[in-house]
Amino acid sequence: MDLYEYQAKELFGKHGLPITAGDVALDVDAAVAIATSINGPVVVKAQVKVGGRGKAGGVKLAKNPTETREIAGAILGMDIKGHTVHKVLVAHAADITEEYYVAFLLDRANRSFLAMASVEGGVEIEEVAVNNPEALAKIRVDALEGVTPEKAREIAAAAKFDEAIQGQVADILVKMWEVMVAEDATLVEVNPLVLTPTGEVLALDGKVTIDDNAGFRQPDHAGFDDSDADNIETRAKALDLNYVKLQGDVGIIGNGAGLVMSTLDVVAYAGEEFGGIKPANFLDIGGGASAEVMANGLDIVLNDPEVQAVFVNIFGGITACDAVANGILQAVDQLGDSVTKPIVARIDGNNAVEGRAILNKANHKFIELVDTMDAAARRVAELAAARKGA
Amino acid sequence: MAIWLNEDSKILVQGMTGSEGTKHTRRMVASGAKVVAGVTPGKAGADVDGIPVFNDVASAMAATGANVSVVFVPPKFAKAAVEEAVDAKIPLCVVITEGIPVHDTAQFYQYAVNAGTTRIIGPNCPGIISPGVSNAGIIPSDITKPGRIGLVSKSGTLTYQMMYELRDFGFSTCVGIGGDPIIGTTHIDALEAFQNDPDTDAIVMIGEIGGDAEERAAAYIKDHVTKPVVGYVAGFTAPEGKTMGHAGAIVSGSSGTAAAKQEALEAAGVKVGRTPSATAELMRKILS
Repeated sequence: MDLYEYQAKELFGKHGLPITAGDVALDVDAAVAIATSINGPVVVKAQVKVGGRGKAGGVKLAKNPTETREIAGAILGMDIKGHTVHKVLVAHAADITEEYYVAFLLDRANRSFLAMASVEGGVEIEEVAVNNPEALAKIRVDALEGVTPEKAREIAAAAKFDEAIQGQVADILVKMWEVMVAEDATLVEVNPLVLTPTGEVLALDGKVTIDDNAGFRQPDHAGFDDSDADNIETRAKALDLNYVKLQGDVGIIGNGAGLVMSTLDVVAYAGEEFGGIKPANFLDIGGGASAEVMANGLDIVLNDPEVQAVFVNIFGGITACDAVANGILQAVDQLGDSVTKPIVARIDGNNAVEGRAILNKANHKFIELVDTMDAAARRVAELAAARKGA
Repeated sequence: MAIWLNEDSKILVQGMTGSEGTKHTRRMVASGAKVVAGVTPGKAGADVDGIPVFNDVASAMAATGANVSVVFVPPKFAKAAVEEAVDAKIPLCVVITEGIPVHDTAQFYQYAVNAGTTRIIGPNCPGIISPGVSNAGIIPSDITKPGRIGLVSKSGTLTYQMMYELRDFGFSTCVGIGGDPIIGTTHIDALEAFQNDPDTDAIVMIGEIGGDAEERAAAYIKDHVTKPVVGYVAGFTAPEGKTMGHAGAIVSGSSGTAAAKQEALEAAGVKVGRTPSATAELMRKILS
């Protein structure tokens, strides 16, 4: 999960990183109260999980509480690349002499971690990496050795930080690594890290991504999740379903992440023939695929108003296809008259013959069995297009 | 012959007394694999269908000559289990467990690299099967027969789908390397092993969005693989920033897209199919 800037800052504060005073506000009055308590110039920053908010007008300076009222009012509710701003961070506006970049991230290619640091911060670091690669130091971090004070100094020196502040930067790097490990993060980025006229080094803006797999040992992280953004996704999550909402017309249910991704592609290819029919969601019901999971999945997908037809694509490995077939029938039974959209099923693998026989025997008016994945994708796209056009 | 898993493989199951461990032990045994021991701390002396359970990997290896471990223990205990297997110097450790924190995986992977005596496959993978010979993990054994195609895939069900599509040809070995951001065995490791395996004539490689493992595999194929390779990549329609089921399957910015992976593979001379069936069709043409 990617965190909001204010949440990242909360973790920075918890682990002793030097940050500016500030807090998050959900409305204008709260923003003004924070500005009043800071008692100085503040920066009002839209809290959205998307880049480029500065250019979009989502980050503005306010000299006093009156200006804060005006600016927070303008930013709250603003749309930034499809994300509505519900929260603003109001923070003390630090005087800046220099801007730097520091980050730790998971390095998939080297199956370890990576430190990245540059004295050319405050800009898109991808641009520095492309246009001026020698200005971006990249140092491998051993997963077992971690970042010792010596390692931190090696990183600061490699990035050519001024010797006068190398100690401060190294101290910050050690604490950032502490955030990585203690919070099970896969990314901890400070951009910019700044030097103030008084010689202080501060973390001004931060990005943190936390590992969802570590939820069992990070009970506090559940509070970071503000999933009111999409009702269907929230409902699916409550049912323990692995669901992602997409923009399209064909509901997809399959078993195994790879097979479901592949199903989305195959439906999109087939949909090209029918005026651009696309998959409406990703839903992996996993290896077990009990009748109950199938019922929950069908319920979620059929209740998506965008969905015109559903494709159930199962390859029974451990899952037996007869159990899947029974699951589909139980699900449509439970859902009763609310099932009004066609369901195309393709089932192969373990006990496929028995599974197909069960569906054929039931002869349900909304369930259609198709032999192969490609043919089923074509059929479901055709059905979705027909309903959409009707 | 096959790769990594052959007639001499003697399997121990870490977490054999748990429900998943017991279920899949029985499936492995039914498929003809030699499962010789189980490991559950504190349960020495117990057995599952007559297969003895030991407290730790080292004593299980000493008593039974086990040389492959399959790990079914829950995410919380997976790191300790793998490090124990590494300490016991087991040559192959297959980690089926899904949902292990990536910091734990990074640490046990580095631990295994430092020791230099254990190959890890996974985590979050279906395991490895050499049809008709041995089976370490949860891949169904009745989909296909022994043959001369090698298969390496990040995804479990796509592995099964491809085994099914090409079931009349059969496979030397199928390896599910797993969908996590850090995995012990990569596409490149499997490609190298298949290239050197006299019983493998051609290779199917299945990838998905996220990271750049497929691009690096493409570069490796160009320089080192002379056997025919066909490829498939899942996730062309995946939007940026959304994790598609597997922890590692995410497009961030322009990196990790299926299109980039396909392009890299094709530039390396790999024929890439648009769908699993089309990919199987490419392999059929090569082999017939």
